[in-house]
Amino acid sequence: MTTPMAASTEAATRARLTGRRTASRRAVTDRLMRTLALVATLLCVLPLGAVLIFVTINGIGALNIDLLTKAPRALGNGGGALNAIAGTLQMVPLAALIAVPVGVAGGVYVSEFAGARAGRVVRFAADVLVGVPSILIGLFVFTFLVLPFKQFNAFAGSVSLALIMVPVILRTTEEMLGLVPRSLREGALALGIPVWRTVLSVVIPTGLGGILTGVMLAVARAMGETAPLLFTALGSRLVNVGDFGRPMDALPLFIYMNARQPYEAQNQQAWGAAFLLMLIVLIINVAVRARTWGRQIGG
Amino acid sequence: MTAFSPSRLARRGSGSRLPDRLFRGSSRVLAWALVVSLIGLGAMLLVNGWGAFATFGPAFVIGTDWDPVKNIYGALPFIVGTLLSSAIALVIAAPIGLLTAIFLAELAPRRVAIPLTFTIELLAAIPSVVFGLWGVFVLSPFLQSTIEAWAVDTLGWIPIFAGPPFGVGLFAAGVILSIMILPTIVSIAREVIGSIPNSQREAMYALGATRWEVVTRAVLPAARSGIAGAIILGFGRALGETMAVTMVIGNAQSIPQSLFDQAQTIASQIATTFNEAQVGIQTSSLIALGLVLLVITLGLNVGARVLVGRTVTGAGGR
Repeated sequence: MTTPMAASTEAATRARLTGRRTASRRAVTDRLMRTLALVATLLCVLPLGAVLIFVTINGIGALNIDLLTKAPRALGNGGGALNAIAGTLQMVPLAALIAVPVGVAGGVYVSEFAGARAGRVVRFAADVLVGVPSILIGLFVFTFLVLPFKQFNAFAGSVSLALIMVPVILRTTEEMLGLVPRSLREGALALGIPVWRTVLSVVIPTGLGGILTGVMLAVARAMGETAPLLFTALGSRLVNVGDFGRPMDALPLFIYMNARQPYEAQNQQAWGAAFLLMLIVLIINVAVRARTWGRQIGG
Repeated sequence: MTAFSPSRLARRGSGSRLPDRLFRGSSRVLAWALVVSLIGLGAMLLVNGWGAFATFGPAFVIGTDWDPVKNIYGALPFIVGTLLSSAIALVIAAPIGLLTAIFLAELAPRRVAIPLTFTIELLAAIPSVVFGLWGVFVLSPFLQSTIEAWAVDTLGWIPIFAGPPFGVGLFAAGVILSIMILPTIVSIAREVIGSIPNSQREAMYALGATRWEVVTRAVLPAARSGIAGAIILGFGRALGETMAVTMVIGNAQSIPQSLFDQAQTIASQIATTFNEAQVGIQTSSLIALGLVLLVITLGLNVGARVLVGRTVTGAGGR
């Protein structure tokens, strides 16, 4: 009982006197924790790799010309995801059509016109809206665009997606315009150019690259959203072209519905659609971010 | 806040002309439309969900039965499911995320840190429903046959590890949420750590500290509140996450009895039952659930933003 204690005290004393033992222990801790940090980083990257690999392998296996060109058939025997592809290609652009003007104009207001307090309120509301669970946005739009008409419709779906995009676009626009040098505005105003022309032809074009980045990221996010569409666009097995007053499918809805089915063929179609969706979303993200990153590294 | 205030310039310049007034006015209307829709969202949940609170009173939040047949709605199972799945996510993601942020901000050379940061941010771009699909067909069976089977065999006598291991359930939901909130925690914590002034680090190095000692004694204490903010933001994101959780949590209508039991969150309950709900007290109860979720996530979000803002601006101002 006493011997090991004595030994440890002796070791501690020696360590205190020479300083060597503690130094090496500190070095070991340092090495250990740095390795642990590296391991944690790899653990972060691992699931990305796993998702990419599984979706790609299962998705490519399910990908065929029918998936891209045919409407679904019962039990997923043959048929495809044309309803979903067509739906996403209609609802997302309409959402962007609503969200881009609102978001950019809101960003212009906060950056160019708003007083300090109004700017803070709008910015705060945008940040809060980004944090609102997207399913609640679906519920909200349901109450004023679905319930009164007693009809699920694609327009409500687009509005829900727009509500998700607007705060993202507003914040990026506002930040990008904040970077535009003051002298540019002053120069334009000094030439007698009206404020609206100054903003539209000097300020916005200068910050355009950044604004487009925000818009594209918002589009990519809206494309992948399922929850806000559940109670609005609902989803549909029919290929709906142009009728925004009726239900419409979308790729994320298609994946969700087909993943829940007990039939292997439908699960396969879900993988195929997931591969398509992931491919589009990742291409947008990589393309947009690579540009900004490239600039950061270069500068 | 010493920045240029364009509003004054605009007003003194040619700002009073009609096109300018129109331009400014319409941009103001559109900006405030966002504020109005946020308020509208809260008001809608309050108005439409009020029926449930009025009918059941506090029993709505503490009741354990959610029974559309008898028209009794108690939300406790979903509140518990939401908090537990997010807590599991946090237990996994907070340490890993923090260590990763430290690695990226303090330890890794720039050449390595930049592509890694890029990769981790891509993780945030993958749609929730794709995570859900992967969770159902890959992650859940994997957890079921490995971690869950092992835990039930060896620790099964402890109630929280009791079987059977379903695969799909609370634990799988927690794991998939942890993956989904990692990018949030990493990117904010990395930013917060990066905003700590270098003088702090240099002083520690001058005293002969190792790199890890600099991290734990100079950087982390200074970044403490910002890191807490990053973790809370991650928690808030986990609470509101819908699709992936809906697909892997098992959609059980009762309070989970063990880590591997099937459960339901607030968001997944709304997602799976709202469209089939009877208009009236059942829809009102679901909307009231949404209100509970909104209150929790907004509270956390606002609090977290205050914490992050304090660190980032505080350090920059010094």
